[in-house]
Amino acid sequence: MMTAPSTQTAPDGPEAIRFEHISIRFGGLQALDDVSFSVGRGEVHCLAGENGSGKSTLIKAIAGVYQPAPGARMSYFGETIPASSPPLARKKGVAVIWQDLALFPEMTVAENIAFDSLVGKPRLVNYGTIRETARTALGKLGVELDLAAPLRSLPISGRQIVAIARALASDARLIFMDEPTASLTQAETDHLLAVVRVLSKSGVAVVFVSHRLAEVLDISSRVTVLRDGKLVGVFDAAGMTQSRLGELMTGRQLNQAVSARDPGNAPVVLQTAGLTRAGEYEGVNLAIRAGEIVGLIGLIGAGRSELAHTLFGMTRPRAGEIRLAGKPVRFANNRQAIGAGVAYVSEDRLSLGLVQQQSIADNTVITTLRAISGAGGLISARRKSAAVTRGVTEFSTKIGSPDDAVSTLSGGNQQRIVLAKWLAISPKLLILDCPTVGVDVGARDGIYRIVRALADRGIAILMISDEVPEVYFNCDRILHMAAGRIVGEFDPRRTPIAELERTVYA
Amino acid sequence: MRDYLRTHEGEARILVVLALLMLVLGIASPSFFSASNIASLLNNNAVNVIWAVGLLVVLIAGGIDISFAVGASVVQYLTALVLLWLGGGNWLIGLVCAGVLGILIGSINAALIAGFRIISIIITIATFNALFGLLMFATSGRSIYDLPDWWTDRIGVISLGDGGTLTLPVAVMAASMLATWFLISRTTTGRQLYAFGDNPEGARRAGVATVKIQFIAYGWMGLMAGIGGLMQVNIAQEVVPNALIGRELDVLAAVVLGGARLGGGRGSVLGCFLGVLLVAVVQNGLNLMGVSPYAFKMVIGLTILAAISLTNVELMSRLTGRTWRRSHDQNN
Repeated sequence: MMTAPSTQTAPDGPEAIRFEHISIRFGGLQALDDVSFSVGRGEVHCLAGENGSGKSTLIKAIAGVYQPAPGARMSYFGETIPASSPPLARKKGVAVIWQDLALFPEMTVAENIAFDSLVGKPRLVNYGTIRETARTALGKLGVELDLAAPLRSLPISGRQIVAIARALASDARLIFMDEPTASLTQAETDHLLAVVRVLSKSGVAVVFVSHRLAEVLDISSRVTVLRDGKLVGVFDAAGMTQSRLGELMTGRQLNQAVSARDPGNAPVVLQTAGLTRAGEYEGVNLAIRAGEIVGLIGLIGAGRSELAHTLFGMTRPRAGEIRLAGKPVRFANNRQAIGAGVAYVSEDRLSLGLVQQQSIADNTVITTLRAISGAGGLISARRKSAAVTRGVTEFSTKIGSPDDAVSTLSGGNQQRIVLAKWLAISPKLLILDCPTVGVDVGARDGIYRIVRALADRGIAILMISDEVPEVYFNCDRILHMAAGRIVGEFDPRRTPIAELERTVYA
Repeated sequence: MRDYLRTHEGEARILVVLALLMLVLGIASPSFFSASNIASLLNNNAVNVIWAVGLLVVLIAGGIDISFAVGASVVQYLTALVLLWLGGGNWLIGLVCAGVLGILIGSINAALIAGFRIISIIITIATFNALFGLLMFATSGRSIYDLPDWWTDRIGVISLGDGGTLTLPVAVMAASMLATWFLISRTTTGRQLYAFGDNPEGARRAGVATVKIQFIAYGWMGLMAGIGGLMQVNIAQEVVPNALIGRELDVLAAVVLGGARLGGGRGSVLGCFLGVLLVAVVQNGLNLMGVSPYAFKMVIGLTILAAISLTNVELMSRLTGRTWRRSHDQNN
């Protein structure tokens, strides 16, 4: 079903911003090509696009950091301006909250909110005024926070509230939020959305910038989609789905067919009975057969990753049993788990799964250093390069040179390197913890194909995710985890996706 | 009070340790609380406190300075030469001269750190070596004993009675503490120092002039290094080019002991004072108890390790009535 381009216009009065015919070039790269973008007063708007689609460039143009090529027309709150600059944009009420929030953990909540009043000409600090500014800004959000607490004592969601309050304290009337829900739990996301509703009602427009928009679509009125620096269109948020959005962002039909199969009588690779670790998970019984992909879905905090850590030997269960290929195992550490054929691709690939500054080659062979070592325990250059070539060609990973740093690769290609690294130990059980976090929609398909190919070789796979479509379309069987327990089991071939979504997100 | 404890956990902790230690020493050795002992404790540590508050500003701004003690030696020597050339001078000329020279040396560090974007520990180790080599080469290691009388005369400021008198360096220490407190707590520039040390990128985006901030931090350190050097001469009665080597690490340890964070964003003047005092009291106590001076360094090293690793988080959270996790857990 096509979603019709939006016909909805902004509420009365001039719009918050109207930028038309924006083109920006960096050297040989056309970052933005004749893009128009507008947001109504008090509107909640989504700006969607893959990494590299031009989202960030567009925000920076609106914030006055980049100047568009001649021919552009720009206006803030009905006032046309010939050229913008960061101070001008700020003065007109445009604020950008970047994903890292740019706050100061050691300073108090009050100072963080009123920080902009501390910049500029040197003068004396009036802490009374600072507290008053902070209180007023938080009051507009209907939130109460301890003003004297150091920011570091707040959870990420609290810091986000502080960042929003800081924007309000400098009279922002249009707030861009870069990937705001990326590190929030469901409850925290709900709280954030409640705050955004308050903002919207008071006439402050909010633009969510993200490639994961399922959570924010509900409260948005329109979605602007960018792809390769061009405007795909502006759509009504009502009736928009995550999968439709994925198609718009990538420009192609994604593989959206249930791929579940029956593993038949393949031997059971992993079996647990009554696995318990107080405060993390309880009474977990699961079985995965060779060649089977089992999805483990649950919200953040449900105990999914904690369970994975135990299966990988990083923590020890208090009670219960783990059997690997029929034999009971008790891992003292994860080296033993690796030795027994368990591989784990962690959720935080960027910091835990790869050594970003080291070369692609070094990262690929890090799990098999002993196998590529020759006499005297020294690494054999020949065996290493053979192993690297095998690892890279196996998944047709796009790399420059094996000696380049891993950080030079895209998210999708980094994930392939991680998979290659673990495949080198010929695992029996592969645990994937949120395998597509930070990977663009278009590149996800490639990863799913690899996962299916690995299963076809007889590897048992446990795929942890908090996105229902991910497990629904790629797993043979789905386990639902909540509050540390497995509370349900679903077969994608029998359960409609809507039912699964209702169950998980309820 | 609760708010203060929450943001000054380190200071509260060291105050408890210091109070307990002084109590034990007072009982073990009655002469500990005598006016003359207290006065000499403060007189002998005034210079370290002056340097400590200078270094504090650099640490708050996320940097470190290894070169300040050598810088102070260079300032001492040059100031002595200028004063001899002027035929004597007075306190005002001495202060201006030492202050300006100190700021110049600090500015060299700032220019190198901001200009080449190299981390401060590397730059200041380099300037430490360059300055020390230059000083020893130019002076052939010769000391200066022939100094103007005003510089070396002991000036009593406050009498504690019973033979204990606080001297000029203590008054200058108090002034330096007050000025540094005013800078970092009461001016917007000071809050920008904290912000820059806490999150440099966030500060830059908020419009903080980051290069200027670094010049202020290392300039202030230089100013305090110079003033401290001037006062050190008043105590030692001579200018010896290599006399101050090694003091930088004692001061650094004291500042960190006082709650300043390596990496920036946290630290206070009170903490610096308490940190220096803790090290001094341990040393003083060992002295009074007749322990060999060779054991001093070892005991001080152990004290620092104990004070920093005994994280009295539970104690503090009980005092403030709430729990919070250590900062590093949450920042990353």
